[in-house]
Amino acid sequence: MFETIPLTHILIVSTLMFFIGVFGFLVRRNLITILMSVELILNSVNINFIAINKFLYPERLEGLMFSIFVVAVAAAEAAVAIAIIINIYRRFSSINVEDVSEMKG
Amino acid sequence: MKEVLFYLFAGLLLLFSILTVSSRKILRAAVFLLFSLVLTAALYFLWDYLFMASVQLMLYAGGIMVLIVFSVLLTHNIDHKFDPMEFKKIIFSALLSLVGAVTVIYVILSHPFKTSALAAAPISPEDIGRGFLSYGENGYILPFEVISILLLAAMIGAIVIAKKTTK
Amino acid sequence: MIMNFEYVLLIILLPLLSFLITGLTGMKYKPIWSGIIGTVSLGLSFSLSWFTAIKYFFAYGKIDAQGVLGDTFLKLTPWNINWLQLSPTLHIDMGIMLDPISVMMLVVVTTVSLMAHIYSIGYMKGEDGFVRFFSFLSLFSFSMLGLVVATNLFQMYIFWELVGVSSYLLIGYYYQKPSAVSASKKAFIVTRFADLGFLVGILILSYFTQTFDFKELVSPEGPVLGHPITAMFMGTSVLVWSMILIFMGGAGKSAMFPLHIWLPDAMEGPTPVSALIHAATMVVAGVYLVARLIPVYAIQAPAALEVVGYVGAFSSLFAAIIATTQFDIKRVLAFSTMSQIGYMMVGLGMSGYGGHEGLGYMASMFHLFTHAMFKALLFLAAGAIIHAVHSNVMNEMGGLRKYLPITHITFLIATLTIAGVPGLSAFFSKDEILVAAYHHNKFIYYIQLFVAGLTAFYMFRLYFRVFWNTEPHYHHTPHESPLTMTIPLMFLAFMAIFSGYIPFHDLVTSDGKALETHAEYIVMIPAILVGFIGIGMAWVMYKKETDIPDKISQSLRGIYTTIYHKFYIDEVYMFITHRILFRGISQPIAWFDKHVIDGTLDGMGKTTELVSDRIKGLQSGQLQKYAFVFVTGVIILLLSVLYFAA
Repeated sequence: MFETIPLTHILIVSTLMFFIGVFGFLVRRNLITILMSVELILNSVNINFIAINKFLYPERLEGLMFSIFVVAVAAAEAAVAIAIIINIYRRFSSINVEDVSEMKG
Repeated sequence: MKEVLFYLFAGLLLLFSILTVSSRKILRAAVFLLFSLVLTAALYFLWDYLFMASVQLMLYAGGIMVLIVFSVLLTHNIDHKFDPMEFKKIIFSALLSLVGAVTVIYVILSHPFKTSALAAAPISPEDIGRGFLSYGENGYILPFEVISILLLAAMIGAIVIAKKTTK
Repeated sequence: MIMNFEYVLLIILLPLLSFLITGLTGMKYKPIWSGIIGTVSLGLSFSLSWFTAIKYFFAYGKIDAQGVLGDTFLKLTPWNINWLQLSPTLHIDMGIMLDPISVMMLVVVTTVSLMAHIYSIGYMKGEDGFVRFFSFLSLFSFSMLGLVVATNLFQMYIFWELVGVSSYLLIGYYYQKPSAVSASKKAFIVTRFADLGFLVGILILSYFTQTFDFKELVSPEGPVLGHPITAMFMGTSVLVWSMILIFMGGAGKSAMFPLHIWLPDAMEGPTPVSALIHAATMVVAGVYLVARLIPVYAIQAPAALEVVGYVGAFSSLFAAIIATTQFDIKRVLAFSTMSQIGYMMVGLGMSGYGGHEGLGYMASMFHLFTHAMFKALLFLAAGAIIHAVHSNVMNEMGGLRKYLPITHITFLIATLTIAGVPGLSAFFSKDEILVAAYHHNKFIYYIQLFVAGLTAFYMFRLYFRVFWNTEPHYHHTPHESPLTMTIPLMFLAFMAIFSGYIPFHDLVTSDGKALETHAEYIVMIPAILVGFIGIGMAWVMYKKETDIPDKISQSLRGIYTTIYHKFYIDEVYMFITHRILFRGISQPIAWFDKHVIDGTLDGMGKTTELVSDRIKGLQSGQLQKYAFVFVTGVIILLLSVLYFAA
């Protein structure tokens, strides 16, 4: 039966996914792959929201609503980020994050 | 049956996530990301969150992935292979991530979650639609509107930023 | 004309106007015009002052607000503006007060100033900065007039500083000459130091009395005389302390020992300036200040008045002794001025308040008046001599009576006057001071008698050395000065002779009531005798070139050298300031400032720089490094929260 899956297992999965995303964010050099890592992080958060909504407060909608909002924000973020990436590529002919450190003091 | 499916999905999800961040070919990384997003949607289906699952598929797996793939194609040669990453950096980042994960998992395990006794009533799209458009208890009209504006701004902003500046 | 004195404001504002006009626009037209503007405005002030004096003393001075003729000269205030309200009771006013001494001072200041102006047109002709000179001269006249008509201590203090500034500007007139520059600095710093005492005195007095106003301070029902201050400080009442401090300001301006060191050096200024500021007007401001507050001194602070008397007596003796050895004619006159001001201070110190007790006060004011005339004359005549010979030093003069007849006669008149020859003005005024001293303090009386003899001696030494004696070889024949210079000489000679006949005892007294005086032969005859002894000695020693002076100075070598160097007071000051203050206190403080305070601040700056140099590597601009640090921080926070919550 599905209900026998403990919530903690789901949360552990999402945690691992989250830190895989963090790891990717820290080690990747390419801006697009960094963006992908961010998507992973957001996704893990969504799983959390949904799972908690499902298992702790099944009569309410907050978790669901928030994950929908997160998806919307992620979409906006991805759109802007990709626009920026394309612009950077145009200027530096590279989207390697280490090459784009002009803003340092 | 569902348990087996869950653990299968979860295992694949983690596998594809790891592949996403470790693949040295960018297009493959994108595909692996697509897989993990689809698997997430599968989890939602498993939990009867049909609307959320379809949003996940459409927006993430559809919209965002398309964007990412486009940008990859715009900026990369498909056969381009990344240089291997710095070993020191990998070690430190992995260590850090591991410490973080262990800490969070420790917190999760030490916290007694009270699973609700209520039978989970399936959530219909109608409930969600009413939730978006109502105010008061369980009403989300304000965030809904804010998100709408945000999306609009992001669209226009993205166009303005990415537009070729004519000198 | 009705009894309306509001026009007195004009007397003060006219010189200010002249200062502004010549100072701001003087470069636009021929220099002579600024001289004319200054002279004309002073001429108007002069006429108005004499008019005011005659009106005040002989017509309206005793008529009170109800129109009743009393027997006392009143203090009139035609103008008084509340200028600065400090507290509900304490306020600084700007106004004009007319009483016998201020009216007298108006006359003195405008007369001498007008003479100096006219004289300067001739004397300063062709100098660079002719315009500047006249504008400063007008500024000085304005300030001095503002000082004498002050209605309150603070207004007086303000104008007091203004005359100090104008004096500074005029002493430093020849600013290309290093000696003039250092003299002006010296004068300014010494008097400023004294004024510090004055200010502290004013503040103490006003703290306890809650008023600056002269009328309130000296009125019998006022906060000082009506309700004596009982607060004590170091065994003496604070009132005495404050009066001594105020006198310190007066002593600085009036060049009383030991604050006199600036006056001889101030002779670096042009001679008309010496005549106006450093002989006739500004230097008597100290006397005027004490006279202003005489009821307070005499009734509530006799100890302070005692100090005034002794300081005056010592200064007059001290200066007279130095004057006998000096060779620079302007310096002789400067020490003579100091000595005569000492006389005035003695007069005040020997005075009481009211009735016959106030004889010293009357005598002092009388002497102030006559001294202003004859000392201005002496200086202007000395200026004419310098103009003719192009030197200040006696040794380069001699036999000038043939070349400068008018200067000779007027100088002789002034010399006879200061020597106290009967019939001339100073004879009367000096005699009154001696009478007052005789009745109060025999010791001081004998000192002053001796000083009278010395005065006659050193003045005739000067006279004989300059106008008789052996004629040196002149490079070009000295010639008499132009009319603009000789007319003031003649006018002042006239004043020197006849101002003694002004009935001062009826007009200027401590309580405003007429005072009966009569000749006291026991004082008068010795005074005349010592005067003639002094003249006789000078005649013997200096009329012809003799070796007596040299013999005396040879036999008294040590004493002579000491006196010639003005008792080494300047050296004492130098020792105190340079060796003790600068080296002992200022230099360690400067070291402390430079090394400890600056060092601390520099150290803070350096540390910041060092630290920022070290940590700026963290600002790499590498996004992932930032993210790494951020995540690390979050995890550390999380762990610490867990640790502390557990």
